[in-house]
Amino acid sequence: MTPSYYLLLSALLFTIGAVGVLVRRNAIVVFMCVELMLNAVNLTLVTFARINGTLSGQVMAFFVMVVAAAEVVVGLAIIMSIFRTRRTASVDDANLLKY
Amino acid sequence: MSTSGSWLLAALALLPLVGAAVVVALRGNDRTAKLAALGFSVVEFVLALVAWASFEPGGARLQQAFSFDWIPAFGVHISFGVDGIALVMIAVIALLVPLVIGAGWAEKLPEGRTAGGFFGLILLEQALTVGVFAATDVFLFYVLFEIMLIPMYFLIGSYGGARRQYAAVKFFLYSFLGGLIMLASVIGCYVMAGDELGQGTFDWATLVRVVSDAPLSTQIWLFLGFFIAFAVKAPLVPLHTWLPDATAEAPIGVAVLLVGILDKVGTFGFLRYLLPMFPAASAELAPLVLVLAVAGVVYGSLLATGQTDMKRFIAYVSIAHFGFIALGIFAFSSQAMTGSVTYMVNHSIATGMLILVVGMVIARGGSTRIADYGGMAKLTPLLAGVLLIAGLSTLSLPGTNSFVSEFLVLIGSFPNAPVFTAIATVGMVFAALYVLWLYQRVMQGPLRGSALVDSSGGGAGVDTARGGPGAARAAVLDPEVGAKKGIFDLNGREKAVLAPLLLLIVGLGVYPKPVLDTVAPTVDATMCEARLVDPVQPVQSAERQLQCP
Amino acid sequence: MTGISVPGTNLAMEVQQASGAAGAAWLLLVLPALGAAVLLIGGRRTDKWGHLLGSGTVIAAFVYGLFLFLGTTSLAEDQRVRDLHLFDWMPVNALDVEFGLRIDPLSLTFVLLITGVGALIHIYSIGYMADDRDRRRFFAYLNLFVSAMLLLVLGNGFVTLYFGWEGVGLASFLLIGWYQGKDFAATAAKKAFLMNRVGDVGLALAIFLMFKTMGSTQYDVVFAQIGNQSTATVVAIGLLLLLGACGKSGQFPLQAWLPDAMAGPTPVSALIHAATMVTAGVYLIARCAPIYSLPQAADARLAVMVIGAVTLLIGCVIGCAYDDFKKVLAYSTVSQIGYMILAVGLGPAGYAFGILHLLTHGFFKAGLFLGAGSVMHGMNDEGDIRRMGGLARKMPVTFITWTLGYLALIGFPFLSGYFSKDAIIAAAFSEPGNRGWVFGGIALLGAGLTAFYMTRLLILVFLGKPRWKDLKSEDGRDYHPHEAPATMTIPMIVLAVGSVFAGLVLSGMLPEWLTPSIGPLVEAHGPLSHGMIAVLTVAISALGAGLAFLLFGRGEQPVTRPRRVSFPVRAARADLYGNHLNEALFARPGTWLTRALVYIDNRGVDGLVNGIAASLGGSSGRLRRMQTGFVRSYALSMLGGSILVIAALLMVRFG
Repeated sequence: MTPSYYLLLSALLFTIGAVGVLVRRNAIVVFMCVELMLNAVNLTLVTFARINGTLSGQVMAFFVMVVAAAEVVVGLAIIMSIFRTRRTASVDDANLLKY
Repeated sequence: MSTSGSWLLAALALLPLVGAAVVVALRGNDRTAKLAALGFSVVEFVLALVAWASFEPGGARLQQAFSFDWIPAFGVHISFGVDGIALVMIAVIALLVPLVIGAGWAEKLPEGRTAGGFFGLILLEQALTVGVFAATDVFLFYVLFEIMLIPMYFLIGSYGGARRQYAAVKFFLYSFLGGLIMLASVIGCYVMAGDELGQGTFDWATLVRVVSDAPLSTQIWLFLGFFIAFAVKAPLVPLHTWLPDATAEAPIGVAVLLVGILDKVGTFGFLRYLLPMFPAASAELAPLVLVLAVAGVVYGSLLATGQTDMKRFIAYVSIAHFGFIALGIFAFSSQAMTGSVTYMVNHSIATGMLILVVGMVIARGGSTRIADYGGMAKLTPLLAGVLLIAGLSTLSLPGTNSFVSEFLVLIGSFPNAPVFTAIATVGMVFAALYVLWLYQRVMQGPLRGSALVDSSGGGAGVDTARGGPGAARAAVLDPEVGAKKGIFDLNGREKAVLAPLLLLIVGLGVYPKPVLDTVAPTVDATMCEARLVDPVQPVQSAERQLQCP
Repeated sequence: MTGISVPGTNLAMEVQQASGAAGAAWLLLVLPALGAAVLLIGGRRTDKWGHLLGSGTVIAAFVYGLFLFLGTTSLAEDQRVRDLHLFDWMPVNALDVEFGLRIDPLSLTFVLLITGVGALIHIYSIGYMADDRDRRRFFAYLNLFVSAMLLLVLGNGFVTLYFGWEGVGLASFLLIGWYQGKDFAATAAKKAFLMNRVGDVGLALAIFLMFKTMGSTQYDVVFAQIGNQSTATVVAIGLLLLLGACGKSGQFPLQAWLPDAMAGPTPVSALIHAATMVTAGVYLIARCAPIYSLPQAADARLAVMVIGAVTLLIGCVIGCAYDDFKKVLAYSTVSQIGYMILAVGLGPAGYAFGILHLLTHGFFKAGLFLGAGSVMHGMNDEGDIRRMGGLARKMPVTFITWTLGYLALIGFPFLSGYFSKDAIIAAAFSEPGNRGWVFGGIALLGAGLTAFYMTRLLILVFLGKPRWKDLKSEDGRDYHPHEAPATMTIPMIVLAVGSVFAGLVLSGMLPEWLTPSIGPLVEAHGPLSHGMIAVLTVAISALGAGLAFLLFGRGEQPVTRPRRVSFPVRAARADLYGNHLNEALFARPGTWLTRALVYIDNRGVDGLVNGIAASLGGSSGRLRRMQTGFVRSYALSMLGGSILVIAALLMVRFG
C-alpha cells in the first residue's frame, strides 16, 4: 500500500472542489464542492494518521465530519430560505451584503 | 506566587471603583448620588493621607507592596507599590477629586445625562489613575494606561461642549496610538527578560535590572516606544494638538482631571520607566528631548498669548509647563529632577485652581471667549482675587508653590544645559505676559463684554429687586453699568472648593519641605538607576552629596 | 590705575549667628505680612479699623527696627554682620537654599528707611485714601509691599532676595493697577510687571550661574568664593545682576515702565516708585560689593557706570519737557537713581555715597511726591501743571515743605542733596583718565538740568498767576484748591525736616557705619579738588534754575501745550522714543509671531494630524469597494491568500 496515492487522490479531490467553488453559480453545487474539499482533507488526515501510526489524525477527521454535518444543516437551511424568497439559487444573485 | 503585602494600595484603587458602582446605582436621585460621590472621594482622601503618613522616605524603593497573580502563564501580576513620586501623585489625585466633585456640583449636564453617571465616571477615572501610578507590573501599567482612556473618552464625549465628539475621538486616538507603540516596547522588554532569565517577566524591578544593561541600539528602540506614548500624554510639542481640543470641550472638572492628573502619567513615565530602564538611551537621546522641552516652553507660551478662548489658553499654558517638567527630568541633576517632581504636584494644584476659577468665570458669563468679558473685578472682586492668585502661581511668583518647582528645575538644569535653561528662563517673561494679559482682559478696565453687560438694557439692566445679592451689589458699585443678572461673587461652595488649593499654593511656596523630603530619596534612587551624577558638588559638607548604594 | 579696587575678601566676612533681640528679626517680615493677611482675608469686616492695623504693624516694625539698629551700634565692628537661620527652604542635595535673614548695617539702614518712610506714608494714606471705599485693601497691599521689601533687604541669600524682589513687583503691580477700572492703569501695571520680569531673568540667571560655579546661592558662600572664579564668570554675574537692577530701578534700557507707574495713587508713587522699591537695584549692587569690587569685575563696573550715566541724562532731558506733575517727578526719580547707580558703579569710592544719596533721596523725593499728592488732592486729581499756578498761597504748608524738598534735590548748599550728590560728582571726577572727565561731566550737566526742570515745576505749580481760575476739571467741577488734612501734612513736614538735615547728619557717619557690609570708603582724589567741585555744582545748578526763571518765570504760560516745538522737546515728550523702540522691537514682531504661530498650530500641526486622519478615511473609502458581495470573488481571494501563505511557509522551510 502506497500512502502517496491516497494523498494524490485527496489533492485531486480538493482541487476539483476548489475549482467548483470558484466557477459554479448554483449554491447547491458550490455547497457540494465545499463538502468535497472537506472530505479531501479528511482523507489526508486519515492517511497521515496511518503513516504516523497515531490516532490523532483520525480523531481530527471525525471532528471535521461533525462540523461538516452541522454546517450542512445550517447551510442548506439558508439556501432553502434564499431560494424561497428569490426563486433562484445562484450565488451571484445574492450580493446584497456589500459596502 | 499569591497574594502578599499591604492592602492599602489595593484599597486606594478599589474604593473609588466601588464608589463608582454605588454612585451609578444611585443615579436616579441626583442629590444622593452627588453626596455619595463626595463621601467616597473624601474617604479616599483620608486613605491617601494614611498612605502618606505610613510612607518612610528613604525606606524601601517601593513601599506598601502588594502582589496578586493575574495571568501566571505570562508572569503577569496585579502588583502595586509606591515610591515617593507615585505617592505624592496619588495624594494629589485624592485631593483634586473631591474638589472637582464640589466644583461640578451645579454643573449643567447635557440633556438626558445624570449627575450619577457623571460622578461615577469621575470616580472610575480616579480608581484607574491611582492604579496607573501604583502599578509595579509593566503589563498592568500598560493595561491601566489604556483603560483609563475609556472613562475619560465618555466624560469628554458625553458631557462636554459643542465639539465634544471630535475632541473625544481625537484624544482617544492620539493616546491609544501612543499606547500601542508602547505595547511593542513592553513586549520587547518581556522577551529580553525571557532571553536573560529563561522566563519572561513584567515585574518592574526585575526589568530594570535586566534591561538597563542592554546594548545601546536595543535600548534606543525600546526607549522610543515608551517615549512616544509618554510624549503624547505629557504632551510635548509637536504631539500636543489633542490637548487644546480636549480641554476646551471637556467640562471644567474633567479638564482639571485631564490636565492635572492624566497628563502627569506621561512625565511620571519618564521618571519611572525611561530613566531607570534605559539609562544609556536616555543619555543618548537627552538632547532631543531637551529640544522638544524648550520648544514646548516657548511655543506653548506664545500660543497661550495668542489664544482667544480661556480653556484653550489653559491648555497651551500647560504645554509650556510640561516643557519645564521635561527639561528638568532630562537635564540630569537631582535638583532639576526634584523640581520636576514637585512641578508635577504644583502644576496640578495651580493649574487645577486656574481651571476651576476660569470655570467659575465661565459659569457666570456663559462664554469661553475672552473678548466677551472685561472689567469683571468690579462685579466680582473675590473671583478676581482668586483668578489673580491662581495666575500668579501659574507665572511662578516666589511665595507660591510653582516658584519652588520652577526655580529648582531651572537652577538644576543650568549646569548641564545652560543654553536650554536660558531660553526656558525667558519663558518666565512670557508667563507674566500671558497671565497678566488674560487677567487684564477679563477682570480689569471698564465693565464691558457681551457676557457681562446687557446689550439690550442700555443702562437700566440691573434688577435690584430680583437679581440676587450679586446684582444688588453691582448696582451699589456702579448704577450705570447695566450688568447682567445673576453675576454674583463666589458663593460658599466655591469658596470651600478653592480654599484648600489657596492654602497649598501659599503653604507649599513658603515651606515646601514636606513634599521635598518625601520625593528626595526616590529622586536620588532614580538618579542612581539612571547612572547619573550631580553636576554640582556640595560646598559645605559631603553628606549633602548624591550617594548611590 | 585700579588702585581704588579692594579685593572682596578684605570685607568683614566673619558672619555671626544672630541671637538675643536680633533672633526675633523675623518679626519685621511677619508683622506687616500678618497685617496684609488679616485685611485681605477679613474683607469688609475690617473696613473700620483696617487702616489703623495697617499703619500700626508698620510702625511696630519701625520701632523694632530702631531697637535692632541701636543694639547693633553698640556691638564691635566685626560683630555687626549677623545671620539668622530660620528654616531650610529648598534643600536638594548640593543645593541648600535656606530661608534666613542677614542683619547687618546695610540691611538695617534699609529697614529703617523702609519702615520709617513706609510708616509716614501709611499715615498720609489714611487721609489721602479716605474717600476710597476699598481703603482697607489699599493698606493690605501697602503692608504686603513693606513685608516683601523687608525680605528683599533682609534675606541672607540671593534666592530670598529674589523672593522679596518679585514680591515687591507684585505689590507694585497691584498698586499701580489700583484704579483697575481704567484701562491705562491696568496696562501700566502689566507693563511694570513685565519689564521687571525682563530684569528678573537677569537676576535669575545670575543665581543659576552662582550655583553652577560656586555651588551655593547664599551670600556668605558666594562672597567667599567669588574671588576664585574666572574673569568671565565674574563679569557675567556682574552684568546679569546689573540687568536685574535695571529692571527694578527703571534704568536704561528698561526705564519706560516707571513713568507709566504714576497711574497708581500718589502715596504709592512716593513709597514704591520713589523712595524704596526702585532703589532696590542700588541695594543689589551695593550688597554685591564683594563681587563688583574685584579687579576681575572692572568691565562689569564700567557697564554699571555707563548705564547710570546714560539714565541720569535721559531722565533729566525728558523731565524738562513733561507737563504732568507726577511724571516729571518720575523722570526725576529715574535720573536720581541713575546717579546712585553711577555711584555704586564707581566701586569702593562710591558705594557709600550711592547709599547716602539713596537715603537723602528717600526723604526729599517722598516729600516731593506727597506734596504733589496734596496738590492733586486739592485740585480734583488734576495732574497737568499747565492748569495750576499760584498755589503757594492756597496751600502754604504744602508749598513750604515742597520747596524744602526741591532745594534739597537741586543740591542747595547744606541741604541733604548737596552732601550726597556732590559727593557722587566728586567721586565720578576722580575716576582715572578720560573716564573721570566723561562721567564727572555728565553728572555735572545732570545737576544743571535737574535744577532747570525742578525750577520749572516749582514756578508752574506754585508761583505765577493762578491759571486754574477759569477752568473746570475733567469731571466738570470747579477747582477749589485747599490745604490737606493733618494726617497728610504731618508726614510731609517730617519728610521736609529729613530733607533738610539728613545729609548733614548722615554724610559724616554713614561710610563708617556701612563698612562691615560694603567695605571701607576709599577716598579718591581727581584732578579737581572737592571744594572746587562743590562750587562748580552749585554754580551750574544756579545757572539751570536761573534759566528756568528766565524762560517760565516771566509772562503768561499757555494753558494748553504748545504744539510747534523744536525737535529736542518733541523727542523728550515722546520719552526719547523709548516706547516706540520697545513697540517696534518687541511688541509688534511678538504680536505677528504669535498670530502666525496660532495659525500654524491650527492649520499646520493640527492640520497634519487631521490630514492623516482624512487620508486614512479616504483610502478606506476606496478599499471598501472591494466588498462586492459576490461570494465567488471572496472565495478567489481566500484561495489566493491561502496559496500565498503556504508558499511563504514553504519558502521559509525549504528556501
